[in-house]
Amino acid sequence: MKVLRPRSADEALRLFSENPLALPFSGGTDLMVAWNMGSLNGKPVLDLSAIREWIGIRKMPGGLAVGALTTHAELRDHPEIRRNFPLLAAACAAVGSVQIQNRGTLGGNIANASPAGDTFPALAVYEARVRTISRHGRRNIPFLHMFAGVKKTALNQTELIEAVELPFLHAKPARQVFRKVGTRAAQAISKTVAAGLVWLEKGGAIKEFRFALGSMAPTVRRLAAAEAFLKGRTPSSSAIETAAGLLTKDVHPIDDFRSTAEYRLEVSRNILRSFLGT
Amino acid sequence: MKISVNGRKRSYTGPAFKRLIDVLREDFGLTGTKEGCGEGECGACTVLLDGRPVASCLIPVEHAEGRKIETVESLAPGKALNPLQKSFLEEAASQCGICTPGVLLTAWSWVRAGGSADRQAIRRHLSGNLCRCTGYQSIVDAVVKTIKRRIR
Ligand SMILES: Cc1cc2nc3c(=O)[nH]c(=O)nc-3n(C[C@H](O)[C@H](O)[C@H](O)COP(=O)(O)OP(=O)(O)OC[C@H]3O[C@@H](n4cnc5c(N)ncnc54)[C@H](O)[C@@H]3O)c2cc1C
Ligand code: FES
Ligand code: FES
Repeated sequence: MKVLRPRSADEALRLFSENPLALPFSGGTDLMVAWNMGSLNGKPVLDLSAIREWIGIRKMPGGLAVGALTTHAELRDHPEIRRNFPLLAAACAAVGSVQIQNRGTLGGNIANASPAGDTFPALAVYEARVRTISRHGRRNIPFLHMFAGVKKTALNQTELIEAVELPFLHAKPARQVFRKVGTRAAQAISKTVAAGLVWLEKGGAIKEFRFALGSMAPTVRRLAAAEAFLKGRTPSSSAIETAAGLLTKDVHPIDDFRSTAEYRLEVSRNILRSFLGT
Repeated sequence: MKISVNGRKRSYTGPAFKRLIDVLREDFGLTGTKEGCGEGECGACTVLLDGRPVASCLIPVEHAEGRKIETVESLAPGKALNPLQKSFLEEAASQCGICTPGVLLTAWSWVRAGGSADRQAIRRHLSGNLCRCTGYQSIVDAVVKTIKRRIR
């Protein structure tokens, strides 16, 4: 098996253009499972793990840039992430187990494009952008445009994820929530996973509401209909009920061996209800 | 490539994508590290990479190049048991033993880093290590006991 291990981003792009079929490899927590089952045999591997520039969290104008190789453990523990993007820190703390968090990367989580990616709802409500790089240049992709379907990203054949940009919020939200619902706390793939932010007017009306769900559609979804409906309204129990009823405008969960569509919907509605209710 | 294993510099010349667990067991003769699932789910194969618990069944050996690996053999290099191992014996926190090397290392990373004796926090830290025998109570007891002894 051919293994390429670039030490810099430039070298990675060069090797990738010479070996266009190579499979990018970061922490390997998804790919090693496939490798152990023998399903990677033969494919050349582009091991990105030694690209120093892509590790760690840096300040950028108006926000933070998280290198693609940053692990869930680093995000979980990083003071600036915990202060400014606590829902992302909470999501990273809910990925797999300590062992997985120590190895799995944010870039790998996104590129893997599982419908149940636990960081996705938080990245969706923070309106993150994914910075990609290829020999043709860079792109800055709004997070919700990153996914084309189950296990499908918007990346083209020559692109790698370089970083994830997190713009600071314009104001501190009045409330925020992250919830992962799985069979057990560790190593469970989410039945539903939610992140929400809400800002209130002085009088108590909702100024802005952002809510995203994972595992409830082929890709992560923002609840556009419920968000628009609640804007400017006081979160009365009838308004909350109407918003909960609007969930199915944006998500359509399935029955599978992990759960049922009905359960997923009801639990997601309950997370929304308890987030907005008093 | 060079890897530091249990404080000793080792060199390795085989395939870059051999799993770390296999290199430890087959090339270095360190058979304390056990394989359960081979899929990152059970934690039996846990070793410490630069002090942090990782699943050695999910690591291509080249990722250990130039880094520090600690296996269960590092806990008691001489005849004397590590304090955590002593507590495990006293609390009967090991039965069949297949999970024990991994559990010990994950727990040791907690104890060594000065982790608290809060049982909930210990359980969270250990949640990636499955044990089919003990029911976990005795494992948590042993970790708490070790921490309390160290504090005194
Ligand atoms: C036991 C276990 C439990 C898990 N639990 C969870 C969980 O609770 N929640 C969750 O969301 N995930 C979970 N996962 C999945 C996985 O750990 C995460 O998705 C992780 O973030 C993947 O990152 P990685 O660096 O290990 O990816 P890798 O395995 O290295 O790569 C994953 C995919 O991304 C591609 N890729 C990697 N880096 C890049 C890049 N920079 N640019 C372009 N493509 C790239 C690879 O080609 C591959 O297709 C779990 C996995 C295991 C084994
Ligand atoms: S054998 Fe590695 S986690 Fe189970
Ligand atoms: S002692 Fe048997 S699995 Fe833990």
